[in-house]
Amino acid sequence: MIKVSRLARLSLGPEQAEKMTAQLAGMLEHFRDIDALDLAGVEPMTQPYPIKNVLREDVEVESLNREEVLGQAPAAESGRFRVPPIIGFDV
Amino acid sequence: MKKLVEIVAGVGGGSLTATSVVEEHLDRIRTRDGEIHAFNLVTADQARKDAAKIDADIKAGKKAGPLAGVPIALKDNMCTRGVETTCSSKILQGWKPPYDATVVGKLREAGAVIVGKTNLDEFAMGSSTENSAFGPTKNPLDVSRVPGGSSGGSAAAVSAGFAAASLGSDTGGSIRQPAALCGVVGVKPTYGTVSRYGLVAFASSLDQIGPFTQDVRDAATLLEVIAGHDPLDSTSIPQPAISLVPVLDHGVKGMRVGRVTDLPEGCEPDVLERLEAAFDALRNAGATIVDVELPSLQYCLTAYYLIAPAEASSNLARYDGVRYGNRVDAPDLNAMYAATRESGFGEEVKRRIMLGTYALSAGYFEAYYGKALKVRRLIYDDFARAYTKVDAILTPTSPSVAFKFGSKTDNPLAMYLCDVFTIPTNLAGHPAMSVPFGLGADSMPVGIQVLATTLGEQSMFKVAAELERAS
Repeated sequence: MIKVSRLARLSLGPEQAEKMTAQLAGMLEHFRDIDALDLAGVEPMTQPYPIKNVLREDVEVESLNREEVLGQAPAAESGRFRVPPIIGFDV
Repeated sequence: MKKLVEIVAGVGGGSLTATSVVEEHLDRIRTRDGEIHAFNLVTADQARKDAAKIDADIKAGKKAGPLAGVPIALKDNMCTRGVETTCSSKILQGWKPPYDATVVGKLREAGAVIVGKTNLDEFAMGSSTENSAFGPTKNPLDVSRVPGGSSGGSAAAVSAGFAAASLGSDTGGSIRQPAALCGVVGVKPTYGTVSRYGLVAFASSLDQIGPFTQDVRDAATLLEVIAGHDPLDSTSIPQPAISLVPVLDHGVKGMRVGRVTDLPEGCEPDVLERLEAAFDALRNAGATIVDVELPSLQYCLTAYYLIAPAEASSNLARYDGVRYGNRVDAPDLNAMYAATRESGFGEEVKRRIMLGTYALSAGYFEAYYGKALKVRRLIYDDFARAYTKVDAILTPTSPSVAFKFGSKTDNPLAMYLCDVFTIPTNLAGHPAMSVPFGLGADSMPVGIQVLATTLGEQSMFKVAAELERAS
């Protein structure tokens, strides 16, 4: 559960992790009902409607207003998003 | 309470003004929304300005739009430029989107007046609105009960007369189930019918926007306006919007309506009784009831609760404290991500992110997500076989009438079972709608669900209109 929470970029406390482990175990147990199905040769379905390669004409169009977008960011500077140091700490 | 079509006729014809209609609804909001909490935000000032503009335009001889003067509420997961859009989550509290969702533009162009943003289960994950970070919405018909979810605020807003209509989003039943529990009409159109541009994504292959209204005609009128191809949504079906209002009086004579012989168990007897009454009504109106088998339906909950959280875990990765929403400061980037997400997301959202991350992780992908996608195909194929024999299918919308607050919050799986009849259509991408059809236990409304095949909205609306006439 700790490994999954790291993958999900969540820092669950020990109590929360324990509660969630029990709840997820219960769900995964319920989800085993599909183990009984013979799924050999069944094509996976990722989208309900078969639309492929939707591309628009390569022409210039108006995009979002930069100031308006950056104005909603937690931190911005000189036309960019500002973030804490990316390297130099244990990850 | 005035119906949407009455408002459009009145405002267009000069017997009503948009201003008086909006004031009437704002009055009801002021009187009762403190108790109900349908809204996260009421945009009263802007609504008054918009209504005055519509009245001035009509007075100046401009043609009234197809929704002229109709007060509409929007689920708070649809982007409104410059107006707070929170998804009922702390992580987005205060965020003002830099653009409008496509549906918002379409509503404005049609002359609708947006009165506010409605409460939901955080990021649309839930079936009772109890997962909102800002407190639950109450069912206007009995405030000790939930309104359903996740679009509980939108359903309650129409039920309480705060808006003539509202929009919700439906990923596994989030329009139809609250519609049933609040006694209003709720429609989930065919996937790709209404643009998802500007709808905050939960599970992209399942999400679809649709209307809540007081009756079937209002729903058809509103859906005609919001439907249609949008180049900004790559999953939008490239064809013109369908015509629905003209078919409402066609009746169901000669139509074949499916009864599912292997319906998942767990439905309350009062609801099943109404379902039988619905079949009787359609038979009396000239339809033929045909038995259909959908054997894979019993696996829909598993397929859904693997696919939807998997997609959600990916979609919600964007809430990282960098581009929008709130940030919890930390010394380095990874610590900032984790602290922000830990503090910003509620328990159910975290649970689904964890479940989805697990189902997609190396070593488990094939066993869970991969298998669920194959089960989704089986469910789709079952429906395809059924629709060679029938034009529409009837099921209950929800296994029970509206339940009491707190009765399912400790057991996520019990809450998930609320969606057992609504999930299959999302997996298949089909349209389905809930129509009020009498009362069940404790005199609470029961919704009957009408299902149809891809782009089968006309058949669906014919059956829904007949049920409404018979109820």
